[in-house]
Formats: sequence, C-alpha cells, structure tokens
Amino acid sequence: MPKAKVEIDTERCKGCYLCIEACPKKCLEKSDTFSKTGYFPAKFAKDECIGCQTCARVCPDLAIKVYKE
Amino acid sequence: MQLLNKRPESLIDIKTHYCPGCGHGIIHRLVAEVVDELKIRERMIFVAPVGCAVFADKYFDCDTTQGAHGRGPAEATGIKRTIPEAIVVSYQGDGDLASIGMAEIVHAAIRSENITVIFVNNTIYGMTGGQMAPTTLIGQKATTCVNGRTAKQAGYPIHMSEMLATIKGASYVARGGVHTPAAIMQTKQYIKKAFQNQIDGKGFSIVEVLSMCPTNWGKTPKDAVAFVKNEMEKEFEMGVKKDHSAADDVPAAAEAK
Amino acid sequence: MGEKKLMKGNEALAEGAVRAGCRFFAGYPITPQNEVPEYMSWRLPEVGGAFIQAESEVSAINMIYGAAGTGTRCMTSSSSPGISLKQEGLSYCAGADLPLLIANMMRGGPGLGNIAGCQGDYWQATRGGGHGDYRLYVVAPNSVNELANLPRKCYEVAFKYRIPSMILADGTIGQMMEPVEYKEEPIDVSKLEKPEWAIGVNHEHRAKRRITSYDLTEGGLEIMVNDRIKRYKAIEENEVMFEEKMTEDADMIVVAFGTPSRVATAAIKMLREKGIKAGLFRPITLWPFPYKQIQALAKRVKKFVSVETSMGQMVEDVRLALNGTAETHLYCKVGAAVLTAEEVAAALEEIHNGSTKYAAVK
Repeated sequence: MPKAKVEIDTERCKGCYLCIEACPKKCLEKSDTFSKTGYFPAKFAKDECIGCQTCARVCPDLAIKVYKE
Repeated sequence: MQLLNKRPESLIDIKTHYCPGCGHGIIHRLVAEVVDELKIRERMIFVAPVGCAVFADKYFDCDTTQGAHGRGPAEATGIKRTIPEAIVVSYQGDGDLASIGMAEIVHAAIRSENITVIFVNNTIYGMTGGQMAPTTLIGQKATTCVNGRTAKQAGYPIHMSEMLATIKGASYVARGGVHTPAAIMQTKQYIKKAFQNQIDGKGFSIVEVLSMCPTNWGKTPKDAVAFVKNEMEKEFEMGVKKDHSAADDVPAAAEAK
Repeated sequence: MGEKKLMKGNEALAEGAVRAGCRFFAGYPITPQNEVPEYMSWRLPEVGGAFIQAESEVSAINMIYGAAGTGTRCMTSSSSPGISLKQEGLSYCAGADLPLLIANMMRGGPGLGNIAGCQGDYWQATRGGGHGDYRLYVVAPNSVNELANLPRKCYEVAFKYRIPSMILADGTIGQMMEPVEYKEEPIDVSKLEKPEWAIGVNHEHRAKRRITSYDLTEGGLEIMVNDRIKRYKAIEENEVMFEEKMTEDADMIVVAFGTPSRVATAAIKMLREKGIKAGLFRPITLWPFPYKQIQALAKRVKKFVSVETSMGQMVEDVRLALNGTAETHLYCKVGAAVLTAEEVAAALEEIHNGSTKYAAVK
C-alpha cells in the first residue's frame, strides 16, 4: 500500500506537465485520454509517491491534491 | 489519508483562463497562500492590471478594482489613502509596470506608498499576442522584433528591481521566480515579507517574479521553464535587492495619511 | 453659513468641495487652477482627509479611480491640457460608474495655448471627452459664489446616478475674487452611508465587490452600457439647471455660460437702454443641456445668439435645441481673447437690425 498519493483534477489540468518534470519519484505521466476541455491531463501512474507536494507546488492550475497517511 | 495541500481560501474555486504552463496560476496561488497565512483576506483589496492578469479580479476572493494599463500603483494609492486599514496589492506585468506604468511605479516607491506590488516579468506582452516588452532579452524573438531584440534598435532590457532599489522610499525589493520548486518556495517567502511589511506600515514593497509565457515564446512549458533558468536568470539575477524594513527611518506614506 | 467672505475662485471651489464632503484630492500643477491643489494640500489634513500631488495628471485621475471606488467623496482639478491627459482615466471612471468631482478651469488652446480664460473645452466636456459611449454631468458656474456652492450638487448627482461630475469653468472665474456665501452647513462625512457597491475591507464576509469597466461575456457590456444610458435619461429628465434674465419681454435671446454670460448681461443692459429688448438664457448644466427650455422660448422669440469664448461650440447645441424654429447666430472670441460688453452689444444690435453677418448657418 502506498503511504502517499496524488489526485489530479482532470478538468482543471491543462496538460503542461510541469508536475511530471518536477516529481522526484517519477510517479506522474501523461494520460492517453482526452479531458473534456481537450487536454491530455497528467495522471498518477506509480505508487512510489512520498507526499513531497512538489507536483502541487509547480502546478499552475491547482489541479493536484496530495494525500498522505 | 490526509490531504496535505488545501486550496487557499483567498482564491475562488474556479478554473483560470491562463494558458498551459503559464506562471500566473502559480503566482496567484502563492499570493493567496500568503494572504491566508497572514489572515488578511478580509482586509485585502486586489488591484488587477490590464494584460493577461486582467481577469485576476475574478479569481481572488476579496474586493477588487481593475483600471487602466500601468496605473495600478496610482489606483492602489487612492485606495490605501482612503482606507488605511486595507491591505492593497497591485498585481502587474512587465508591459504594464515597466513600460506604460513606469512613472506610477517609480513615484509610488518615492512616496513609499504602503502597498505591496507583485511584478510578473515574463519578458513579453502576453495578452496582446507576444510583442516586445521593455524586459525582452537581447536576441529574444517577439512579434515586433521577429529576428530578435537588438540593442541598436530597441535598447537593453530594463532591470526594474535594481532600479527601484535605488529609491529611498522602496522598503523591500526582491526578485524571485516560479520556474523551479526551490524558486517557488523562495518567492513565497519574498511575497510574505512584502505583505508583512504593509501590515507593519513599513512602506513600499515589491516582488518581481520571473515567469513563463510558453504560448508567446513559442515553447513547450518544459522548454519555457528552461528558458527562465538558462536565459532570464542570467539577465535578471534573483534575490533580495533591498531590505530596509528593519530600519527605524522607513518613510511610510500611508501612516501619515 | 450666512457669512460673506471675499474669496478667490479656485480657493472657494476647494473649500466648497471640502464642505461638500471631499476627503481625497489628487492633482498636478497647471495654471490657472493651482490654488485648488495648494488649498487642498493643507485643508484636507485638517479634516482628516488626504491630499496627494501626483506625478502627472494621468496618475492623479487614476488615484481618483481608486479612491472613488471606495465610495469616498474625492476630487481632482486641472486646466485644459491636463484635462486632456485625464480623459482615458475619466472614461474608465465612467465605465466603472464611479462618482467623483473633476474641475476644469479652462485656458486657451489647443496645445499649450495660453493661460487666460477660455471655453474651448465645451465639446470635450459635453461629449464625454474620452473613448467609448459615456457622459459626464457638467455644470458651468458664472460667479465665484456659484462655483463655491456647486460641489455639493455635483456630489449629489454623481452619487445618485453613479456618474463622474465636472465643473467646467474658465480660468477667469478661478482667478477672480468675489464675495462667497456657503448656502449650507458642511457635510458630516461620518454620517454619509457607504454605497452598497463600494470596495473596502470586508470583515462581515459579504459578497465580493468589483470595480471595473470591462465585461467580456457575450452581451455583458451591452447590458452594462444600456443600464448607464437609463441613468443618463433620468439625469436629462431631472437635473437640468439654467437661469433666465430679462427674457419675459425679450425678442432676442443671448445664450451664454460662464464668464461670457456676465459680459452678455452687461451688453443686454446697454441694448435695453436703447430700447432693444434682449434677454439672457444661461445654461448652468451643459450636460444635460437645457434643450427643452430653449425650445420653449423659441415659440415666441425668433432670434438666438450664442456668445462664447470658443470657435463656436455651444452654438451647435443651441441649433439642436432650436431645430430650425428660430435664427441662430454666433458671436465668439477665440484664443482666450477678452470679450467686451461693447463689442457684444454692437454685434447684438446688428443682428437685431436684421444682419446675417453672424448667422450660424449662412
């Protein structure tokens, strides 16, 4: 079980992928399905999240929520 | 599991109009987080500019005003002098602050107007479609310098923070950025200081923020971040340019009324 | 109140504004209005207000934009070239429905012109002045006493209808000294209610308020402007002010405002001594212009003469009012040249005797 996780609001995400670049554990990747607004949002793909919130910090759209146990 | 990063209350929960990878969203969040932490939302009046951030007056959950291009510091002055209790922030871009509004920002600093200014420097006119700004780098392409800015034709980019730091009335001047997690955290501290100064009646405080404009730069958000890191940071050195807020002789105009 | 005091026009205006509740002034030096900011610089702090000498007229009007948004009674003043610089800001103020007082002590123009009294800014004042569809409430005093008492009316109209108000006076009125009697007690600003649209601190957590002139939503701006036009119509209906002198038996009417109305009065008296029955119609509000009142006079009077110190600006409104029902003539002086009663009387006599030399339409 992961100790931390990331939730991405796919309708807020505009697909800039700054979070993907910033994640130290490379937990995020580009989704292959369109959002309603026409972006390929980022998605949480790997259960190695440490809850550092770096992704949320660089997100310009407040689309990322970070949870930790 | 517990949510670690709550959305700041000072920011209304709606989607912004900004382009993917634009720095405004990050800067808005930093301002809102600081306002929440300092518990000044009820006192804040937000002065929105002309430019991409014109719609910021719809995003911040406080009273707002939005007027003519470049005149934010003048509007902020009129507000602060009539409601000294208000925490007034003027949010401006580089065309707004460093070109058409040069006189207003300089004289607000000279008066040491007790306001906070957030100056977003992305070296380009965003809303109008990517024209050359006073901060455009030498060699950087824009729609009004298609082969890149030349000093011969357009002079050199202006260093607003360094210039404002020479003014006695400027209490606090810092330049940060939002292109790396470390810069974002540092910039938040600058912004916090700039608001705390206003609360304490320390006079004019400004934070310049190096920011990305992937759309008008013609870059991916990733390359835009690299441009700030590799090009803009060289021209516009980050750091605190002046901190006179601890001194006793700070001229704080608003306290005098 | 009740006490007469000899005052210079510009100072009487400043004091009148303070008595009318003005608590914020931002301005920039320009002749012939400098006594207004000079007076405000020491007077406002006495009553707990704030004065700023701005770095430019552009900055001054935008300080007013900020201050007016807080619901504070505020004021700026200037003279012709400075008023031109303020037009963009005034357009924003009108577009954000902000009540304020701006005084233009007109001087000779265009360009730097000169510093003597003139009326060349009539079109600018009465047609909005800046960009976009909007109006200013414009009043034109012809004495220091009237100038002193008008700020009160200006604030009343400005706040009632949410419109910028302008006092359009020529430099002569600002510079001369006359007895002043303030008709009403000073307003206690602590008793003024804060308007429900004004921005401010929000400890009570009411809905957020926005001061802005933009609306990019589909049809949004149209609704905004139409709402404003409704208020303009109400002002046209309710707020016209004018003065008539010797019009009851007149067969010729002189239309004049500001200083020329005084010169015209002297000329009319000279004519009456010769048996020529002329009268004076003086618009006090230039917008709304007293069209209906001039129309009504045209039922029995068939000669109207606009006397102005401009190239003939107000005469266009006189013609609009008359709409072909009476002759319209124009006697004017430009370049801030001095208008004398003798020359006006001579021109009026010629017109009375049937000359078409001064006809507005040949």
